[in-house]
Amino acid sequence: RRGGGGRMRVKVLSRNPDDYIRETKQDLQRVPRNYDPALHPFEVPREYMRALNATKLERVFAKPFLASLDGHRDGVNCMAKHPQSLSTVLSGACDGEVKIWNLTKRECIRTLQAHEGFVRGICARFCGTSFFTVGDDKTVKHWKMDGPGYGGEEEPLHTILGKTVYTGIDHHWKEAVFATCGHQVDIWDEQRTSPICSLTWGVDSISSVKFNPIETYLLGSCASDRNIVLYDMRQSTPLKKVILDMRTNTLCWNPMEAFIFTSANEDHNLYTFDMRFLESPVMVHIDHVSAVLDVDYSPTGKEFVSASFDKSIRIFPVDKGHSREVYHTKRMQHVITVKWTSDNKYILCGSDEMNIRLWKANASEKLGVLVPRERAALNYNQKLKEKFQHHPQIKRIARHRHLPKAIYSQAKELRIMREARRRKELNRRKHSKPGSSPFVSEKKKHIVAVVK
Amino acid sequence: MAEEDLFRSDHPVSASEDEEDGNEERRHRQLLEAVSSLAGRKRRKLAERTEASVQVSEFNLSCEGAGEKLVLPELLGSIRASSSLGIVKKQLNRVKQKKSVELPLSKEESERVVREAAYNKTSKAVAKWEQVVLQNRRAEQLVFPLKQEQMGAAPIEEVLTGWKARTPLEQEIFSLLHKTQQPVTDPLLTPLEEASLRAMSLEEAQLRRAELQKARALQSYYEAKARREKKIKSKKYHRVLQKGRSRKALKEFEVLRKLDPEAALTKLEEMERSRIEERMSLKHQNKGKWARSRAIMAKYDLEARKAMQEQLARNKELTQKVPVEPEGEEEGDMGGEGLLPDSINEVQPSTDGANPWMLGKPSSEAKDSGTQEDTKEPRESAAPEDSGNEGEEVSEEEILLQDFEQRRCTRQQAGSLEPESAGEAEEAHTFVELLSNVQMGPGVEQPARGPEGPLLSEQLGRRRTLEEIDALGQEEGAEEQEQPWPTRTLQESEEDGNAGGGCTARKAPKQKMINLQAVLAGESHAIQCPAQPVSVQDEEEEAADQRLVIKEAFAGDDVIADFLREKHKVEQAGKPQAVDLVLPGWGEWGGTGLRPSARKRKRFLIKPVPGPPRRDQHLPHVIISQQRNVLAAAHQVNEVPFPFDRHQQFERSIRAPLGPTWNTQRAFQKLTAPRILTQPGHIIQPISAEDASPQSTMPTRGGSAALPPTPQRSRHHQPHPKKAR
Repeated sequence: RRGGGGRMRVKVLSRNPDDYIRETKQDLQRVPRNYDPALHPFEVPREYMRALNATKLERVFAKPFLASLDGHRDGVNCMAKHPQSLSTVLSGACDGEVKIWNLTKRECIRTLQAHEGFVRGICARFCGTSFFTVGDDKTVKHWKMDGPGYGGEEEPLHTILGKTVYTGIDHHWKEAVFATCGHQVDIWDEQRTSPICSLTWGVDSISSVKFNPIETYLLGSCASDRNIVLYDMRQSTPLKKVILDMRTNTLCWNPMEAFIFTSANEDHNLYTFDMRFLESPVMVHIDHVSAVLDVDYSPTGKEFVSASFDKSIRIFPVDKGHSREVYHTKRMQHVITVKWTSDNKYILCGSDEMNIRLWKANASEKLGVLVPRERAALNYNQKLKEKFQHHPQIKRIARHRHLPKAIYSQAKELRIMREARRRKELNRRKHSKPGSSPFVSEKKKHIVAVVK
Repeated sequence: MAEEDLFRSDHPVSASEDEEDGNEERRHRQLLEAVSSLAGRKRRKLAERTEASVQVSEFNLSCEGAGEKLVLPELLGSIRASSSLGIVKKQLNRVKQKKSVELPLSKEESERVVREAAYNKTSKAVAKWEQVVLQNRRAEQLVFPLKQEQMGAAPIEEVLTGWKARTPLEQEIFSLLHKTQQPVTDPLLTPLEEASLRAMSLEEAQLRRAELQKARALQSYYEAKARREKKIKSKKYHRVLQKGRSRKALKEFEVLRKLDPEAALTKLEEMERSRIEERMSLKHQNKGKWARSRAIMAKYDLEARKAMQEQLARNKELTQKVPVEPEGEEEGDMGGEGLLPDSINEVQPSTDGANPWMLGKPSSEAKDSGTQEDTKEPRESAAPEDSGNEGEEVSEEEILLQDFEQRRCTRQQAGSLEPESAGEAEEAHTFVELLSNVQMGPGVEQPARGPEGPLLSEQLGRRRTLEEIDALGQEEGAEEQEQPWPTRTLQESEEDGNAGGGCTARKAPKQKMINLQAVLAGESHAIQCPAQPVSVQDEEEEAADQRLVIKEAFAGDDVIADFLREKHKVEQAGKPQAVDLVLPGWGEWGGTGLRPSARKRKRFLIKPVPGPPRRDQHLPHVIISQQRNVLAAAHQVNEVPFPFDRHQQFERSIRAPLGPTWNTQRAFQKLTAPRILTQPGHIIQPISAEDASPQSTMPTRGGSAALPPTPQRSRHHQPHPKKAR
């Protein structure tokens, strides 16, 4: 460097081996790329075509039905998820039989005759070691999750004999406490044979009671006099009551948002409420054509699934008024109960015709392990679909669903009726004194009163 | 009537009867008094009641305020302080202070109050989730389960926390460890390591590195410069350089003489010695190659002769023996070139910076002043530069750096400009517009959002295969094509409006077969405006006048011709263009001045297929724009979709590509990250307070609490980007 006269300098090409040597043999060869936009023209048309293809493929691969679990000898009336095991699910039938299923093997692993008459409600303990059932025989029974040894008899751990019929049961998410409903909402300690407290507000039969999964002392119930009542277990008092147009069949709390719950109503709609503002629901979910019988949230709290008397189940995004998916099969009758599995992947529905059906929550999802490249491609396609979702061709393909004729015609009829009603209201408003018939939003229309 | 009678019978007491009653009572009492007085014993005199009253006490007390309340102070006033009733008075006073208890609420009401209070309390308690909920709703990505388990083996520190030294050996080792401040329970780094980490932060290191780099760069510049100068073969240059150096040495010597006479003396000796050496070297003896060549040239060339003479003079000067003189005379003699200390010959890179020769000054100047004033000229030129030298020395680095900075800036600008200025960009833009354009009327920025429609279009038919789904897409396209102009376009209606009044507009379709020129050549008839009924003759005349005035005013403007020209232009622009594919020199000779043959030109000129007839073909006074591509319209968005406010936003969102063809791997991954990530086979529990708190959202590692996470540190810990696959 210092100008040492005699030494000759030789310049050599030197490269960093990290640039061209793979870490392992499984690695892909690195391909240097040139991102000059001039070299890759037509980006929008190309991506549009990719999006279109992705949308078509999504519809082609949309085969959500996975399996049917048959074995019940009467309609499936209630189901419960196992809190610790993804592959286990419990179901109670209208003949008093309870079955425990293994979903991976798709077979029944245990059957027990729990009650005489309907099994009205079933719920598992938070630890997953036992479960509770209530039935038409006015009893609450506590069962072990594991079956008896060989030759042993199926016997409940405890049996509580009540005075009236219990119509539903739910277990506390963290403590050894459960709640039943019937003539009133009873809160029980597991160790006692009489309820810790009974919560009543008016006299009517209560069809369902649910614990809040986040603020676990909160309870919601719906009664047959068309109201939804909230309770606080700590203060052992009801909190507030909202009366709707028609009866609410059941409700479900959002597992990620403590104050949000959704109720399944007889008037074909679902209502999502914020428990702090019961005056009007946050969202009215319209799409079913018959009474909605059950609702269950996805564990991510972004969507929920509803089961209806119209022989179909629908998946609604929480913040949308209409469903993103409808599932039905020819043989599925009135769906009475529905559950979304805790890994956010599957949906289970129990229906009148004695079957439990297993569906994919995402109709066109590929099951099994995905190679990273596969996943990247899927993510890319998903984003493309989102990006071009407003383009008419893509929208049309993505929205297309097949419906059985009964539901289709029913939906059409309902649409006509709704339109007629709207028109009539419009006309009435037009011909009456301005301000005398105010516009009532869809959200407020179905709320009769809020009782403090 | 009967009812009234009844009513009366219910309340028989009238005023007169009341009086009678009172009289009777008095009489009765008098009678009693009389009887009692008969008994003989003197009774105490009773108060005479004067007024009538319903209530009569048995003690015959007069009840003046019978209905009034008894007021306690009135009673108490009569009690004297000294009397034995003092205690009672106090007690009564105490009683007076207490208020009466209100009526208890009814059961319903009390329950309602309790409920309301409980509801308010619970709502408040639940509202604490508000922030978490909003955050999760807005989150770019949510990873479930929220509680991420630490995979793999627990860090050794965690295992060690529960462990304690028991045996003496262990204790001994422990004490040793403690002495060296080796962390035992929850260690990541020893204090020493931490200190060393803290000693050099990333920024410091970067600063130092930058400094070093700069120094190295400067050094290399100087080296390069020195090398360059060394290579310069011009003797004149070297001579001037030498002179400059000697002058500088002299100046230094002067300064030295004033400051440090002794050092100056030694220096003088050195200079003398160097002069002697120079004299010995026989350098200026006119025997060199150059001198000989000059000698030959001297005959013909004046300049060469001058140079020779100069050389000789120098020789004489050098070979002269210097008599020892007093020091004051030294100055005059020191002009010689050879009188230089050794130190001057050493490389002095710092002085070279502002060398005028290096700056590329024209050499002719030096030549002009050439021979005679050789010694004088550089002195003059160097003098001002010498003064500026030091300043420049200092600023040189800055200049260099500025230069680099500038160059980098220009490079960056060029880089950023290039893609914009590229011709292809525009081309791509048009393609983009085709898809991303929102078909909207002018001025319609924000569409009124109607009620939310259903997300699904439910139909009876089942589509199973790709072909069927394809057909699904085409169906709509067909529909679109069937009625491509479902409504009158905006422009059409505008044109109609422009075509002068309502009447003529109505007429227009009927006239369409009439020759345009004929119509236009004819005189225009008075147009009657139907909007205002014309009843008075004067008004019509006035209107006619008005028209005349307008006609006069616009006499110069040939509006109709303008319109026709415009229409013609539009028609021409809309026609498909011929494509010229002629390649000169292909199949025949090419070159300047040679044109491809007519045959070739004819063959390779592709004539366009005449497009469909214009829609305004038979409409003489209408231009219908045919910009709208019906085929493309089937793929275009009709209105601004929900989350976007303006169509520009939407178009921008469409224009940005997502794919790996246009984005780097990392950007691609970031752009296509799914909004919700779940892990297969993991149970997602409902959110809990721990999940919601901010500490747990960050993946914590053992011992991270021990070190406060400063921003510098966190940068250190950033994982290296994994090799892209």
